[in-house]
Amino acid sequence: MSETTETAGPPRPAGEEDWRAAYDEALPDAPTVRNRSRIEVKPIYTPVDWDGSGYDEQLAMPGQYPFTRGIYPTMYRGRTWSQRQLIGLGTPADYNTRVRALLDAGTTAISLIPCNSGFRGVDCDEVPLPLLGTCGTVVNTVDDMDEALAGVGIGEISTAMNDPSPFTLLAFLLGVATRRGIGWDSITGTSNQSDYLSHFIANHMFYRLSLAGSRRVFVDHVAFCTERVPRWNPISVVGQHMQQAGATPAEAMGFTLSTALQHAEDCAAAGLDLDAVLRRLTFFFDISISFFEEVAKFRAGRRVWARLARERLGATDPRSWRFKFHGQTSGVDLTRQQPLNNIARVTAQAMAGIFGGLQSLHTDAYDEAIATPSEEAARIAVATQNILREEAHLCDVIDPLAGSYYVETLTDEMESEILAVIERIDDTGGMYAAAEAGLVQDLIGDSSHEHAMRIEDGAETVVGVNRYVVEGDEDDPVPPTRRPDPEAMAAHVAAFVDYKRSRSAGEVRKRLGDLSRAANDPGSNVFAAVVDAAAAGITHGEIIGCLREELGFGHPLVRAS
Amino acid sequence: MSAEPVRVLVTKLGLDGHDRGSRLVARMLRDAAMEVVYTAPWQTVESVVEVAIEEDVDVIGISSLATDHLIVPALMERLRAAGLGAVGVVVGGIVPDDEQPALVEAGVHAVLGPGASRAEIVAAVREAATARRRVST
Repeated sequence: MSETTETAGPPRPAGEEDWRAAYDEALPDAPTVRNRSRIEVKPIYTPVDWDGSGYDEQLAMPGQYPFTRGIYPTMYRGRTWSQRQLIGLGTPADYNTRVRALLDAGTTAISLIPCNSGFRGVDCDEVPLPLLGTCGTVVNTVDDMDEALAGVGIGEISTAMNDPSPFTLLAFLLGVATRRGIGWDSITGTSNQSDYLSHFIANHMFYRLSLAGSRRVFVDHVAFCTERVPRWNPISVVGQHMQQAGATPAEAMGFTLSTALQHAEDCAAAGLDLDAVLRRLTFFFDISISFFEEVAKFRAGRRVWARLARERLGATDPRSWRFKFHGQTSGVDLTRQQPLNNIARVTAQAMAGIFGGLQSLHTDAYDEAIATPSEEAARIAVATQNILREEAHLCDVIDPLAGSYYVETLTDEMESEILAVIERIDDTGGMYAAAEAGLVQDLIGDSSHEHAMRIEDGAETVVGVNRYVVEGDEDDPVPPTRRPDPEAMAAHVAAFVDYKRSRSAGEVRKRLGDLSRAANDPGSNVFAAVVDAAAAGITHGEIIGCLREELGFGHPLVRAS
Repeated sequence: MSAEPVRVLVTKLGLDGHDRGSRLVARMLRDAAMEVVYTAPWQTVESVVEVAIEEDVDVIGISSLATDHLIVPALMERLRAAGLGAVGVVVGGIVPDDEQPALVEAGVHAVLGPGASRAEIVAAVREAATARRRVST
């Protein structure tokens, strides 16, 4: 008989049994440890857990499928990650001062966060004055954008717009480019809030149009950018919102990859070239302080996405398989108590993101749990990145945690969890259907509650909150709160109202009529009509008001946990 | 001693939609045997007053993450004008230290920061409810 004897896997460490006995004797009642994704974490990992087999299929070299070790051959040896801090406060003039100071200081990529009134889809004259410009910049017209970006080389620098559907900020940016004689083919950047499903599910603030309407505008915007603004990244799939809302790291990754599948399938169904779409698709993730779990989340996510893009979606261009992502350190992990401790938290989170192989990083300022960041805190956040890269030498070796018995085992286990989440979403009919049914929201609500209770019960330590509490920590230094100058803001609103009155009412009616017609004609590209309206002086609130009439108002599915 | 459960409205006022906190607090209060009325975010001063009247709540809990606490004084004024001056208002979330006195002066019962425990939250709401019942009975 040619019966082959199954080898019993890799040789067990000679001392394993002795170690086990000593360990159990010393810690007879050791509780089971689980990470945030509910995976059991053992006290030690050995070749029995991970024996290094299947290197080429599971890990491969960086820049090689399935990209577990990184999406580029050179990774940080070739090019460090982009340092892209969020920027947005006050009037367009305030923003301009801030962004020019950052550019003078060597920033290579900028972002624009609009005021909360903008997120709500209304203009600055429609909300209480005290709320204007406190969390972002008021940009309601192409003139506002021109002022915000005065002296900024928009043909050279990459600009990330926090710009949910229907993408008025991008429309204003393109209007400014036209004014300045800059070709749209030289405009680079990202619509980093294009993922309407993540807004419907988890970041309700950004959700403006009905689900079906958002889907239509999303696909039209991708089609428009692919053809007319070829260096723009129209799709950023956002896992950050879901993890910030309470999803576990594995859930957040699974939901995000399911969302990416939905967006890719929607674009393909609309006749867009799949590879052209996927080449410019990027991801945006939260980086929590659960260090090894986050490293494993990113390594596993990279591998799962490569296989989904290639095998399930059938993309043939290797660039389509690359999991490009921006990471933001988690604000939820930061504390109001002993706020300077947040610098240590952000350092650990940033390290997890760097070892996870990110392409772009935002580090939170230590005062984020207290207020919109102060200048000093924002500077420390950027310095943290520079210290990790150039003083701690984290970037000298590509994917330096690979080959650790623990990290590789955890990467495999996170992959299994992620695949289980994707399967569950598939069973519900895909991410659009799962979101519409409220399944994802319920899972996130449960995980959020579970995590809060673990902190409450002390199972999860939060320094200064449930352990190591220091009496009088409210005296720790907190920078004074800065609010936009109310007079300057009131003057801005008054000028905006004058601007609206100065326009020909007939022309405004005509332009909005064109937009309505485009919205009602399924064969027409709605986003192209948004770009035309913006260039013609129609405001942010008018554009969204019109599309809400035609495509439905965005009411997220809101439930108490 | 009233056996009536505390009725509390948990809501978000203003422009922000980050509702992880308000959802969690709603669940904590419900688990503490209170009757919780929960709304979508983006309520206006007027709509909060309306819901408070319709639902006859003892306490209004306002969750604020992104500066919406700045219009809480306007809410307090409107509540008094509507005859609801005795309804207790508790604000929770991110309120900078130097902006808390304005809320207390406006009549807010308590301002709870991030990291407040379930026990602290439940106690603050109960206290605010007791204060109302003392006034109205």
